[in-house]
Amino acid sequence: MTNQEKYNKAFMTALEITEGQLSGLKYQEIEAWDSVGHMGLVAALEDAFDIMMDTDDIIDLSSYEKGMEILSREEYGIVF
Amino acid sequence: MGLLEHKVCLVTGAGRGIGAETVRKFAEEGAAVYGTARTEGTLDARFAELAGQYHTPVVPLYFDVTDEAAAKRAVMQIRKEQGRLDVLVNNAGIMQDNVIGMIGYDLMRAVFDVNVFAVISMTQLAVKLMGRQGSGSVINLSSIVGLDGAAGQAVYSASKGAVAALTKAASKELSPKGIRVNAVAPGLIDTDLLRVIGEKRIEENLSHVRMGRLGRPEDVAGVITFLASDMSGYVTGKIIGVDGDFQV
Ligand SMILES: NC(=O)c1ccc[n+]([C@@H]2O[C@H](COP(=O)([O-])OP(=O)(O)OC[C@H]3O[C@@H](n4cnc5c(N)ncnc54)[C@H](OP(=O)(O)O)[C@@H]3O)[C@@H](O)[C@H]2O)c1
Repeated sequence: MTNQEKYNKAFMTALEITEGQLSGLKYQEIEAWDSVGHMGLVAALEDAFDIMMDTDDIIDLSSYEKGMEILSREEYGIVF
Repeated sequence: MGLLEHKVCLVTGAGRGIGAETVRKFAEEGAAVYGTARTEGTLDARFAELAGQYHTPVVPLYFDVTDEAAAKRAVMQIRKEQGRLDVLVNNAGIMQDNVIGMIGYDLMRAVFDVNVFAVISMTQLAVKLMGRQGSGSVINLSSIVGLDGAAGQAVYSASKGAVAALTKAASKELSPKGIRVNAVAPGLIDTDLLRVIGEKRIEENLSHVRMGRLGRPEDVAGVITFLASDMSGYVTGKIIGVDGDFQV
């Protein structure tokens, strides 16, 4: 699985959404991505990439695109 | 079989006092124990001795609890080596204070950084692992003065009161995930931290302890072990006094 596929799968599984909903998706835009859903999403991403996200990054993870930007940083080193 | 067999435990401030005795007791009860100190190497010899004596992993970790990045690396190490974390004891703490009118912000920040903010931060990290397992026990070190207050100890008392409130709030939030959060509230325990106040004040205070003696680290470690074990599996959100009936 590519990193992009892993990333998408984490979103789709944690938030129970389809691939078509991913692009442009923002925090609290859908019912499933509330604060509880957010923690589930973070857990799914951490499991998928075997990382632990910093609290500031968890707070910052405000959209599907922003998440990729955060995980691309040197600290996590995930290449999309 | 030991009370903590198959459990993976993390104890902060494990080099002396209550933390050191908690690590020993956990190892005796069969847990795999990770303990922390700030100065590299200081735990190595003692932990190797405990691991040999109790035939269980006793692993030193070196970081300052106020360094979130270092704490994260330590929890990642536990995840890599053990795949789980069952018990977190937020024991590391400092007692510094001044009389009202002489309390500077640096003092307030220093005490709250270690006694409160690091406890929240460590709990958040531990809960990441515990949440996935659907089980875990977090044990915080409050204090009798956090519940009753003590003259001349406004900052330390406030920090330990915050720990009590945090314990109750976190227990409410985390019990649906199967994670228990409790605290112990020690009275006068014979450790370096207490000795700082001087023999005279210790003697004065001792006259208010109805059991007539100072507590020992093992008095507190015993209650922590109970809270870590499945014997307390239905106990959460509680602050348990370990004070020999001390009237502050
Ligand atoms: N003794 C009492 O009468 C009493 C009463 C009520 C509550 N308590 C609480 O019980 C806990 C343990 O106290 P104790 O009496 O065993 O104290 P202690 O003998 O002074 O030990 C304190 C421990 O905390 C660690 N620590 C302090 N600041 C730290 C930091 N920034 N990062 C990492 N570790 C740090 C120390 O580590 P280093 O070895 O690296 O310095 C040490 O291991 C504390 O939370 C204290 O407030 C104690």
